[in-house]
Amino acid sequence: MRAMNEILKLDHVTMQFGGLTAVNDFNNHVREGEILGLIGPNGAGKTTVFNVVTGVYYPTKGKVLFNGLDITSLKPHHITHVGISRTFQNIRLFQDMTVLDNVMVAQHHEIATKDAEKYLVKIGKSKYGANSTWFWRSVFKLGYLRREKEMKDKALNILEKLGLRKLAAEKASSLPYGEQRLLEIARALATDAKLLLLDEPAAGMNPSESQQLVQLIKWIRDEFKVTIFIIEHDMKVVMGLCERILVMDYGVLIAEGTPDEIQENKKVIEAYLGEEWSHVAE
Amino acid sequence: MNLYTFLQNLINGLSLGSLYALIAIGYTMVYGILRLINFAHGDVFMMAVYFAFFLVTLGKVPWLISFVIAILAAALLGFTIDRVAYKPIRNAPRVSALITAIGVSFFLESFAVVVFSGIPRSFRNIYPKFLNNMLILGGHEEVKYGRNVIVGGLRIPIVSFVILIVTAIALVILWWIIYKTKIGMAMRAVSVDIPTTSLMGVNVDGVIGFTFALGSALAAIGGLLWATRYPQLWPYMGFMPGLKAFIAAVFGGIGSIQGAVVGGFLLGLTEIMLVGFFPKMAGYRDAFAFLILILILSVKPEGLLGKRSVVKV
Amino acid sequence: MPMKLSNRTNFILTVALVFFVWLLLFFINGHMNTYMIRIVSLIGIYGVMAVSLTLINGITGIFSLGHSGFIALGAYTSALLTMSIHQKEVTFILDKVAWPFNSVQLPFLPATIIGGIVAAVFSFLIGWPSLRLSGDYLAIATLGFSEIIRILALNLRSITNGALGLKSIPQYTNVWWSWTWLLITVLFVGSLVNSSFGRALKAIREDRVAAASMGINIFKHQLLSFVIGGFFAGISGSLYAHWLTTIDPRTTSIGVMLTFNVLIMIVIGGLGSISGAIIGAGLFAILTEWLRFLEEPMKIFSFEFSGIAGLRMLVFSAMFVMVMIFWPRGIMGRKELTWNTLYSKLRRGSGESNE
Repeated sequence: MRAMNEILKLDHVTMQFGGLTAVNDFNNHVREGEILGLIGPNGAGKTTVFNVVTGVYYPTKGKVLFNGLDITSLKPHHITHVGISRTFQNIRLFQDMTVLDNVMVAQHHEIATKDAEKYLVKIGKSKYGANSTWFWRSVFKLGYLRREKEMKDKALNILEKLGLRKLAAEKASSLPYGEQRLLEIARALATDAKLLLLDEPAAGMNPSESQQLVQLIKWIRDEFKVTIFIIEHDMKVVMGLCERILVMDYGVLIAEGTPDEIQENKKVIEAYLGEEWSHVAE
Repeated sequence: MNLYTFLQNLINGLSLGSLYALIAIGYTMVYGILRLINFAHGDVFMMAVYFAFFLVTLGKVPWLISFVIAILAAALLGFTIDRVAYKPIRNAPRVSALITAIGVSFFLESFAVVVFSGIPRSFRNIYPKFLNNMLILGGHEEVKYGRNVIVGGLRIPIVSFVILIVTAIALVILWWIIYKTKIGMAMRAVSVDIPTTSLMGVNVDGVIGFTFALGSALAAIGGLLWATRYPQLWPYMGFMPGLKAFIAAVFGGIGSIQGAVVGGFLLGLTEIMLVGFFPKMAGYRDAFAFLILILILSVKPEGLLGKRSVVKV
Repeated sequence: MPMKLSNRTNFILTVALVFFVWLLLFFINGHMNTYMIRIVSLIGIYGVMAVSLTLINGITGIFSLGHSGFIALGAYTSALLTMSIHQKEVTFILDKVAWPFNSVQLPFLPATIIGGIVAAVFSFLIGWPSLRLSGDYLAIATLGFSEIIRILALNLRSITNGALGLKSIPQYTNVWWSWTWLLITVLFVGSLVNSSFGRALKAIREDRVAAASMGINIFKHQLLSFVIGGFFAGISGSLYAHWLTTIDPRTTSIGVMLTFNVLIMIVIGGLGSISGAIIGAGLFAILTEWLRFLEEPMKIFSFEFSGIAGLRMLVFSAMFVMVMIFWPRGIMGRKELTWNTLYSKLRRGSGESNE
């Protein structure tokens, strides 16, 4: 069964900082094509899971596998090359660059990073023949302008799909908050990711905006054929969006299941102590 | 190298190290609070020495009083630099602050060239002569050039001891200010978390100003001792000692006062010992300090006593 | 929405500008006095220094304070290659000049390129350890390396003639050399910045973590920028040495003070703008010359004042601190002076006058 493929596997991952265990024996996986939610109270270690997957931290114990390939020790930029991309909890756009440039940056690794080749070849993703001649070709504009146009068209296409095209020439910092979040998603998509890690994409959005976001993320999954792993606090978003949910508390995975199962789960209700939970469960 | 020369190098190294330590404290305190390398710190050191020089030569003020006035003037100068140049850009990117600091340093040096002139001056006649006398221990008398001279033994300029004693006193006073007074407590609080401290009703700008003044006063003490040991004045005299003191601060762990002291002593000692063991390397003495810096930064960037910080994403 | 000029128009306008500048240089070279010609050459040299530093500091956001080291490397290498063998024998009193300089004499162009390559090789070697650091640690480490280069120049007597420095370097640098190199530098760096690589460098400046998550190998790209900047710094060093005709490692002329001067140029011009760097370089060269009057004897209300040495630099440093406090983005900020911006300004201007 194709749908049951594990695109990402976290194999008994533990992350310690000094004496603090931020993630304790996290053992689960993301299935290809699904929308998986990761929830839990503040400080439960959710973002740390993302940071371990994207190579920001090297886990104290355990392994991370992507399509069966061990990516535990890869650097953040290599993680992007193999096809995982992310957004950030506190928006991290290239503020002083235009919206278009923000998205075009995401395609740079396709021509610039020779050492990514072996990973790209391994997962059958190499297409542009990234090599060091591209540097000279871009400076002396030898066949580069055609490539630049391809990048621009692709970026504009993504912006179009996310409804940001009219803002392409604006500075990223001038965008309203919600659109900055969207731009982060656009940028992540432009890296040609197969797995998208979204860190609280609905934070700071009003209820109608976050409802639109739910529809948008579902649409993105189908349109771009990506798998989505999402951290979110807004329970309406999580319940409306995710097919499967993981719950963390104090670094430990305490529950797993469909939205319905999670809403019934005693442990989960205890972990939240009713704070955000009560009004969702009514 | 025999025991005598080793001891001699040890004491000279310690006295040079204590000078680095006195200057390094100013760097480390400011960095601990503002995350700013105050490039102008070495120039405050230079200005203090010039103040004392002109008070004695032109003002005919007794040397000890001149030294005290110079230290106070340096404290005021440090405070003023913060108020005029750094305070307006407190919230600007850190690079802007660093560039401004370079500009202030450049300004003070040019100021000294214009007002005090770029010609080197001698500090020799400013302080009592006996400080430069040698303390000779051991050795034996020989007749050379028709005179009795002492050969071998331990020769240490008296000023080296004076430097060690004054540094010790200054460090005790500093320790008392930081750990036993209210302003010291405020300084420690500000270095941990500025927003929270200001919510507690502490006048953060006042504390920062005081930190600049205190650091500058220590640099002035270091500068006056430095000029007594190496009695040549010129507008760029603060540059190299300032950089090396900064290296000492990084060596010991920037932000930590104990680290600055330890780093200062270690840097002074290794530098003197290097020249002592390999006299041919004397020309590379300054390069050596930078090599230490680069080594430390690539191996243990938090320094000997510093705390490692985790990158937040 | 501002109208854009086509690539073709842009290209033609740029060629026309270069042609116009060259005509101007031709005029200056033929009709101005030697002093003016020297200043115009100096602007070109400062321009190369400023553009190469702005690539490192302004575009990529690496706060390097080691520029004078690379300039010095280019200066020494090329000067040792262009000086005649006899001249070197006369100059090197303390130690005999070492191989290969004792048997080689090259024309100016290859000597300059070799100077640039030597500086680039060293910037690679220095960048390798330094670029693992960030922010002000990197600033201090690069400053340290440039001081080490200066200290080596003071001590390696058989190569650099030690503290005596080099004298009687042939005065090859003229307006043509310095402005041609400036043109090459601007075209190269400009083309780099306007490519995918330039976008990546700016992304690193804006946010390192996000840049890495976009698949950019930060270390390699920073090193790339550092080495290219180092190469052009070496070129500028060669031009500078053959303009000054002397190199003195003791004075501040090739020390940290030179780095600070170049930093002043790019900060005043706007950190992160190539056109700003050139404007800053021009302003710096012209102002430092113009402010010379401050150091000459002057008469105010029949009182005679003797000239005060160093007053220029005092005024300059005061201006610099004020720029940082009141006008930190400098003249251009991070914007570039392009035909498009000029064009839209003009259109806006004429649009308003029509109403």
